Amino acid sequence: MTTTVERPELLTPEPAGGPDAHGPGAHGPGGAAPEHAHHEGPSGIVNWLTSTDHKVIGKSYMITSLVLFFLAGVMALVIRAQLMEPNSSVVSYQTYNELFTMHGSLMLYLFAGPFAFGGLANYIVPLQIGAPDMAFPRLNALSYWLYLGGSITMLSGFLVAGGAASFGWVAYAPLSNATNSPGAGADLWLMALALTGFSAIFTGVNLVATIFYLRAPGMTMFRMPIFTWNMLVTAILILIAFPVLFAAVVMLFCDRHFGTHIFSVQGGGSPILWQQLFWFFGHPEVYILALPYFGMVTEVIPVFSRKPLFGYRGMVFATMSIAALSTGVWAHHMFTTGVVLLPFFSLLSYLIAVPTGIKFFNWIGTMWRGQIAFAVPMLFSIGFLFAFLMGGVTGVLLASPPIDFMTHDTYFVVAHFHQVLVGTAVFAAFAGFYFWYPKMFGRMLRESWGKLHFWSLFVGFWVCYTPQYLLGLHGMPRRIATYAPDTGWTTLNVISTVGAFIMGASFLFFFVNLVVSWARPVPAGSNPWDGHTLEWFTTSPPPHHNYTHLPPIRSERPTWDYNHPEHRTVITHRTPGAPPDQPKELTGAPS
Amino acid sequence: MYRAKAPSRRLLTALLVAAPLVLAACNQPSYGASRGATTQGQDTFKLWSAMVTIGIVIGGIVAVLILWSVFRYRRRSEEMPKQFHENVPIEILYTVLPIIIVGFLFAFTVLTENNVDATVAAGATVTSTGKPVVDITVTAFQWGWRFDYPGLNVGVAGTTTHGPDNHGPQMVVPAGQTVQITLVSDDVVHGFYVRDFNFSRYAQPGVTNVFDLTVIHTGTYDGQCTQFCGLYHSDMLFSVRAVTPAGFEQWASSEVAAGNTLQAAGAGAGSSASNTPPPNTRQYHSNAAPAPSTKPKALA
Repeated sequence: MTTTVERPELLTPEPAGGPDAHGPGAHGPGGAAPEHAHHEGPSGIVNWLTSTDHKVIGKSYMITSLVLFFLAGVMALVIRAQLMEPNSSVVSYQTYNELFTMHGSLMLYLFAGPFAFGGLANYIVPLQIGAPDMAFPRLNALSYWLYLGGSITMLSGFLVAGGAASFGWVAYAPLSNATNSPGAGADLWLMALALTGFSAIFTGVNLVATIFYLRAPGMTMFRMPIFTWNMLVTAILILIAFPVLFAAVVMLFCDRHFGTHIFSVQGGGSPILWQQLFWFFGHPEVYILALPYFGMVTEVIPVFSRKPLFGYRGMVFATMSIAALSTGVWAHHMFTTGVVLLPFFSLLSYLIAVPTGIKFFNWIGTMWRGQIAFAVPMLFSIGFLFAFLMGGVTGVLLASPPIDFMTHDTYFVVAHFHQVLVGTAVFAAFAGFYFWYPKMFGRMLRESWGKLHFWSLFVGFWVCYTPQYLLGLHGMPRRIATYAPDTGWTTLNVISTVGAFIMGASFLFFFVNLVVSWARPVPAGSNPWDGHTLEWFTTSPPPHHNYTHLPPIRSERPTWDYNHPEHRTVITHRTPGAPPDQPKELTGAPS
Repeated sequence: MYRAKAPSRRLLTALLVAAPLVLAACNQPSYGASRGATTQGQDTFKLWSAMVTIGIVIGGIVAVLILWSVFRYRRRSEEMPKQFHENVPIEILYTVLPIIIVGFLFAFTVLTENNVDATVAAGATVTSTGKPVVDITVTAFQWGWRFDYPGLNVGVAGTTTHGPDNHGPQMVVPAGQTVQITLVSDDVVHGFYVRDFNFSRYAQPGVTNVFDLTVIHTGTYDGQCTQFCGLYHSDMLFSVRAVTPAGFEQWASSEVAAGNTLQAAGAGAGSSASNTPPPNTRQYHSNAAPAPSTKPKALA
């Protein structure tokens, strides 16, 4: 471990340091504890290039992944423009195939995951557990640079002869072999997966080590905020899933260049093996993308309901069950291959509905008899609830093999996973972004522009994806570049495209919000939302190494307990007969 | 290889399990799906319709609970709400209840799945009707389809063309009769999909998939490749035309007369692969589960 763990002094009520407009500079690992947010160190571009501070790296991750998100979003708009009318020729077949491949790859590999575990988690998890930094700050920096390098590698596919990869984000063998997909674009795509895959693995290692070893005194496992819990489980899933992807990528690369026949029938190999390996990564990956966002929503809902989370332990066990089940359901992506044991994978897929249902009821139970304020993070969380409910119900349908036979590879499935992924990685992601932005930058985002952003996104979301369910049921396959007029798919496609452009427009409001809020700052203070968890106790943005003082940690919401002693969290079944919380001298190392 | 087709006892079990649904299902809502032009597709449709109904009910309850919480408990004062954080009986209830629902859905799914996936023995005759089973080998390739009828020495192939006149090759089948499809691919993974059959199956190199279709009425049904297979994936259309059994025999002899025999089709497709699968191809005949408890009954 390269960090010297500082022991914050216990508690003096000094939470609200003035908002510090500039991010804290970087210190080398092991630097002495600074007294204030301001301290010596490089600034500006040098800071960004050399920093090992989790807050700087987290922000770099977020900015990079949001840029990639907008690029992928523009690709989606081109795709929707192409599909708006039959026999359309906005783009050529080849370009279309490259676009949907890169849209999916950017969104799934380079945005949804990295934004959560490299961006928000990197920034927030050490704060939530009272740690000064991630356990391995230099490894953290390496993660980011691998991620940035991998992202540029993937995008550079557009610049090479033959264009970018064009075999879908799943790269099924043998379409992805050297015969069917010659050209450097495919190789760059594979290399990008290897690079960003290692970036994810390193971040996973870092998160696990940080959460296990750098918790502040009093922060037991069952007092950790749910977001931190979900990131722990996500990190473990990363360590299970990404090595398999890396192995598959290496094998495919050997097939392409070194004459092996791992995935080709001609040499005695098995194309199906690619699907098995890919989805053994791919389904846990779905939850690697979802669990962090569940965590964000679970942080937002209690704060804006002014209540503790309902069913905290149930929530933790639900997250663990989802993760465990997610490693045994990969072949539900392969129901129509005819080579997998349908009842087994069907039953496990169905069972995921149970812990997911528990989460829903816990979210509802948290709002129940609360005092709900409709600030922008809460609006996005409620939007998430509806989006994910629809995605979840259609997901249960798809767990049934016969229903999968009738809808597989049609727009029904496209609509399903977009509702799930936009629900989580967009609605919940922006819930988290609006929620923690004041902590990260010391200033508020504008509520009015945020509401405009939310409502336009919400309307666009339903207008865009609801018709796609019907298109799938009317027989429109996914990944087709065009269709004939007599198919009857035109009207629904027009509606869907209109919805997509409304969604696109909603992000203009987001940009305006960023610019307006930056140009005319409104200071946030340390705790603008009356937050529950530890990160709301320190200044916004936090000083280098995060804390100079800590409140007593006696429940999963120490800041709330400190600010509302008369309403503090009473956990009857944990420490029966314990005396009322009071500050006491710290002894011993952080547990 | 031999698998009983929809034995009545299993159907009875299905009826018992799904009694409330089946009672309500005299005219099941379609929710945008096809009601199924094959007997297998109709089975799938019944499952689909029932499950969507259940999904709407459960999803609706959850949605109402969310809406109720959001509107009823919106902040109207600065009064501090009661800080409760658990209710163990309710938590147990909403854990156990979904498990029961899931068990029910799973049972219904497995019963339907076994019907949809059941296949008769190759070369069998359907004794209930006394008619022979028609075997068709469907070969998918970049970019087109080949339909070979080994028992009739007929082979039809068609590559897809880009443009408004593209309809792809046509597979002709006798209506009311079981057709057994052997699905293979010459190159990459393709998807055999006919919307009105409520069914799709991958055509994959190295795998031979076998399934049965029983088209109920005469008519033409559009199909298309659903698994992305390269540049002209979008154009990889085909259709299925179901004709009367007499019309089918007429069609077969006219195809032979026109020279569309097995060999000619292989050459006409301009494709390298033969009708025999590669030597290391594994035979996956049916992926249905072993019949639950009851032994597979002999074909009545």
